[in-house]
Amino acid sequence: MTTHHLTAGFLPLLDSVLLVLAREKGFAEDEGLDLHLVRESSWANIRDRAAIGHFPIAQMLAPMPLAASLGLTPIAVPTIAPVVLGLGNNAVTVSQTLWETMADQGAPGDLQAKAAGAALRKVVASSSRKLRFGVVHQTSSHNYELRYWLAASGIQPDRDIEIVVLPPPLLPDALGAGSIDGYCVGEPWNSIGVAERGAHIATVKASIWRTSPDKVLGMRADWAEQNPEIVAAVIRVIYRAGLWCSDPAHHDEIAEIMAGEAYLNAPAGIVGRALSGRLDVGGGVVADVPDFFVPHRNDANFPWKSHALWYYSQMVRWGEVAASQENSEIAAGAFRPDLYRAALAPLVVPAPETDYRAEYTRAFFDGQVFDPQHLDEYLAEHCA
Amino acid sequence: MTHPDLSILIIDENRIRASIIEEGLREAGHLRVAVLHDVNEVGRTIEAVVPDVIVIDLENPKRDTLEHFFSLSRAVKRPIAMFVDRSDGASIEKAVEAGVSAYVVDGLRKERVKPILDMAVSRFNAFSKLARELEQARSELEDRKLIDQAKGILMRTRGLGEAEAYALLRSTAMNKNRRIVEIAQSLVTAADLLGP
Repeated sequence: MTTHHLTAGFLPLLDSVLLVLAREKGFAEDEGLDLHLVRESSWANIRDRAAIGHFPIAQMLAPMPLAASLGLTPIAVPTIAPVVLGLGNNAVTVSQTLWETMADQGAPGDLQAKAAGAALRKVVASSSRKLRFGVVHQTSSHNYELRYWLAASGIQPDRDIEIVVLPPPLLPDALGAGSIDGYCVGEPWNSIGVAERGAHIATVKASIWRTSPDKVLGMRADWAEQNPEIVAAVIRVIYRAGLWCSDPAHHDEIAEIMAGEAYLNAPAGIVGRALSGRLDVGGGVVADVPDFFVPHRNDANFPWKSHALWYYSQMVRWGEVAASQENSEIAAGAFRPDLYRAALAPLVVPAPETDYRAEYTRAFFDGQVFDPQHLDEYLAEHCA
Repeated sequence: MTHPDLSILIIDENRIRASIIEEGLREAGHLRVAVLHDVNEVGRTIEAVVPDVIVIDLENPKRDTLEHFFSLSRAVKRPIAMFVDRSDGASIEKAVEAGVSAYVVDGLRKERVKPILDMAVSRFNAFSKLARELEQARSELEDRKLIDQAKGILMRTRGLGEAEAYALLRSTAMNKNRRIVEIAQSLVTAADLLGP
């Protein structure tokens, strides 16, 4: 078997784990890939270096391939996601001061988005200054989820609070320094905020939008077209890494690997929390969060076009892109379930037969249904 | 010299590199050059400076923050595009390899901006070369210190002359297929552990 040299960019976040395991546990090697991982310092660098071909593949925020394909990015090149790196992994973390005020307003501390949002709305209404929240990138799952949670709780993001952008590793420090009141980010940066900055986890992505995608493996569409065998190999590598990662018996080893200096460079005890879903939410309270991070189960690696369309709906909602038939087709086209199915065919493992699925009442915390077959109605009703 | 009226903002946490670029731009006839070391100050500065071109190092983790400031800013009214021309792949790659990124107010003609970016790229490269040479000189100096220490240990403990001590280090390194400085390091560490 010939060996293909392949460089992948990633950010220090737990959901780079499947790429890391692909290299560290030999899954990439098994498929003839000599995988090199480069840790980057910002999502902007991942985006630009992927666009110019320094990174043939990269860990990307799920909305990123859409943004590049829709022409929202500086070097806009059609970009695709043929495999997903996991569901969940995000949380909203607030400062100790804000948490105490939220608790006074009735936040029960059970991580449920609804009750936490209701309490935050009361805090915002009576606050003498605008609260400030951090997210990691403009076209990020974090930005859209935070905004969805706030808006559904009766808080208008750009009017009632301020949203600023900072890279994940800088968020706990910014919170500690008092320059932000809260943030939405992937692990381990919530747990690090709790451990080092006395912060409190207010709610989790798993409650705002259950089992929803966060990071994908992104690549330029033209590169994928020219290298179909490498793309198929990469999809199988991620699938196998996901399968291995989802076995709890491996969690201690995974936490040790991810804690390493080249990856998260954080204590294994903190890194492991998201893997088990057993989070220290602050003040010594430990909570078990079902499906906090899902690297493989529930077809986690399958790129649903309907998920791409939900992110597109949020881009429309916040005025980043105009709603049109053409744009919705570009957005859905950025996720490539066809490549996923074709790559896994030799493994004879089950993959969903449809590209779209509706997100029913239990998916979103506010009970709203997202049915991709009725996208226009959804946009008109929720995203105008 | 042809278009000295563009307003240019340099954002670089590395003060020396920032001043090298600033100097280059001034030499090229650009008089409206502002320098910032912290992205957080952009929000204030951008309103006063109203930059046409913004140069930032790629290692700055706050590029996302900066882009978000642009999207909120009233001073930078038109959308900002990165690099000179999206279609100019070669110059984009050169810039990224040098570790520099530039944002340009949409609508500026390519020929007005390209010299600025080229200047930034060449100054970034010159700075990296300088930093590499400095690092090399520093590590050579440290290597020499280590080897001198190791020689001293051998001279003391085995009663060798300086040339003999060096020859022993060199032959050991050759036999073990390692660098002399590595052998010297092992010897110094071992001597430290064994005490005086």
